[in-house]
Amino acid sequence: MRIEAQGLVVHYPGMVRPALNDVSLLINPGQLYAVLGPNGSGKSTLMKALLGTSPVTQGNITFDERALVDWSRRELAQSVAALPQTETVAFPLTAREMVAMGRYPHLEPLQGEGDGDRIAVLRGLEACHVAELADRDVSTLSGGEFQRVRIARALAQEPRCLVLDEPTASLDIRHEMEIFELLRASTNSGMTVLAITHGLDTAAQFADRILLLSQGRVAAEGAPEEVLTEEILAAVYDWPLSVHNDARSGSLKIHPQRSMDTYA
Amino acid sequence: MNRWTLGTGLTVVLAAAILAGIRFGSVPISNADFFAVLMGEGDLVDRNIVMELRLPRVLLGILVGGGLAVAGATFQALLRNPLAEPYILGISGGASVGAVLVLALGWTIAGSWILPIAAFAGALVAITLVFRIATTTGRAMDVRVLLLAGVVVAAFFSACIALIFSISSAQTVQSTVLWIMGSLAAANWQSVALTATYTLPATLLLMRLARPLNLMAIGEETAHYLGADVEGVKRASLGIAALITASGVAVAGVIGFVGLVVPHTIRLLVGSDHRALLPLSFVAGATLLTLADIAARLILSPTEIPIGVITAFVGVPLFLTLLRRNLSTP
Repeated sequence: MRIEAQGLVVHYPGMVRPALNDVSLLINPGQLYAVLGPNGSGKSTLMKALLGTSPVTQGNITFDERALVDWSRRELAQSVAALPQTETVAFPLTAREMVAMGRYPHLEPLQGEGDGDRIAVLRGLEACHVAELADRDVSTLSGGEFQRVRIARALAQEPRCLVLDEPTASLDIRHEMEIFELLRASTNSGMTVLAITHGLDTAAQFADRILLLSQGRVAAEGAPEEVLTEEILAAVYDWPLSVHNDARSGSLKIHPQRSMDTYA
Repeated sequence: MNRWTLGTGLTVVLAAAILAGIRFGSVPISNADFFAVLMGEGDLVDRNIVMELRLPRVLLGILVGGGLAVAGATFQALLRNPLAEPYILGISGGASVGAVLVLALGWTIAGSWILPIAAFAGALVAITLVFRIATTTGRAMDVRVLLLAGVVVAAFFSACIALIFSISSAQTVQSTVLWIMGSLAAANWQSVALTATYTLPATLLLMRLARPLNLMAIGEETAHYLGADVEGVKRASLGIAALITASGVAVAGVIGFVGLVVPHTIRLLVGSDHRALLPLSFVAGATLLTLADIAARLILSPTEIPIGVITAFVGVPLFLTLLRRNLSTP
């Protein structure tokens, strides 16, 4: 799926500066696109603006060259699966029930789940290695397991595009890597992925392109080696960093410096 | 527990409760006379007691109990809070003010139909007020504002009732307090028909919203991303559930705990899928109120205990047990 945004401005009433200011991006089908930036730089606002949950003050958004406003909510949900940063579950719910909610946009109000729906749920559970947890109450799952169940739900939605806000926050290395491997693998079969993350290294390893936000503006946009430079990162994060090319993995490694190294 | 097993079990218990509800009452009727009435024969007095007093009373209990439970399940889903109940939005307060006004002014002389209509109007005023407050504070309906608005509106209505009581006669106060505590004693075929017109279609409409209500459990933002019209679902289901509650309060007074305990228990037994939760809550609420009404009629016969007292006596211990079990399992 092709996602394009031009000159996005989101200005919340009563705020001095816009949460997003003149942000443009182009994500091509099958790309893994990472959005990076310090806390409060507008990453989550960008996701909400793209998906129509945050009012856009100015600018255009298109999915497959069709304006966002021309998509019905249901239509968009059939093509785009989105995971907000946090989710609290109000009532007892098994992992299978949670994943089955991903079928919502494909079903009529009174239509029961068919074989196709059950297969999609099973596929989602298996792809995220949570099939053995299917009958567990989600409130008993660990943070990592719960996160994988949520991603399984997004996959059960059978979308053409995944939008994820910090999908690997609070996950250990193995689970973080597994999720990014899964996202990377899904792009190989044509899925478009937009992932907001704080992981500079994972973005360097997995992303095709990176958008770096700073105070609501685009600080840099491009391939990882164009965006992840010492000068750009140090300026955006307001902290000294060194960037190395890791010979073994073939990707960039970002090391924040101890403050004493700078001031010594 | 399997939802079909529970549904079948509850239906059997309800059928037995219906039979018991029309069989037993303060006037003893022999088995032979009772079966004669069921066959469309028998003594005219017995027939009147069974067909004109007990049967409408049992049917009204089914409608009110089922309706309160379904409304409770809906409020719990929308407010994302398993402890929410139909009266949380000040609905009982509004209905009570309407009824108390009519009783204090002695308007019931004009006809018995005035009381339910005034209660219904009061409930509608309360719902409108709460909705207005909750929607004017922002573009979307914020559930926290909704809860606070409900509490404030309820407090206002309590003050109104206190004011009316302070300038009414002792006799009026007594009859009003009895009404507030809830009773199915005034049931007749007219009130059954009136309640059925509101409760049954409204319940069916809520069942149509079962799937989006399921999504509310994982949060409004996610429900939106899954394609649900979150604001539309909130408005429609709150309005419908409030109407069901209002029509129940209008004919039977304030009956607490059914809307709280029933959906909560069913959820613990079969899970949170509203496609099962709503219909099962209806049957369970109907059963509970039918049984509670039999108890209300028989325990101190011929004196009737207000049915709200029975539901509270059953509901409070049950609720505390559930709460403790809930707190002990992290």
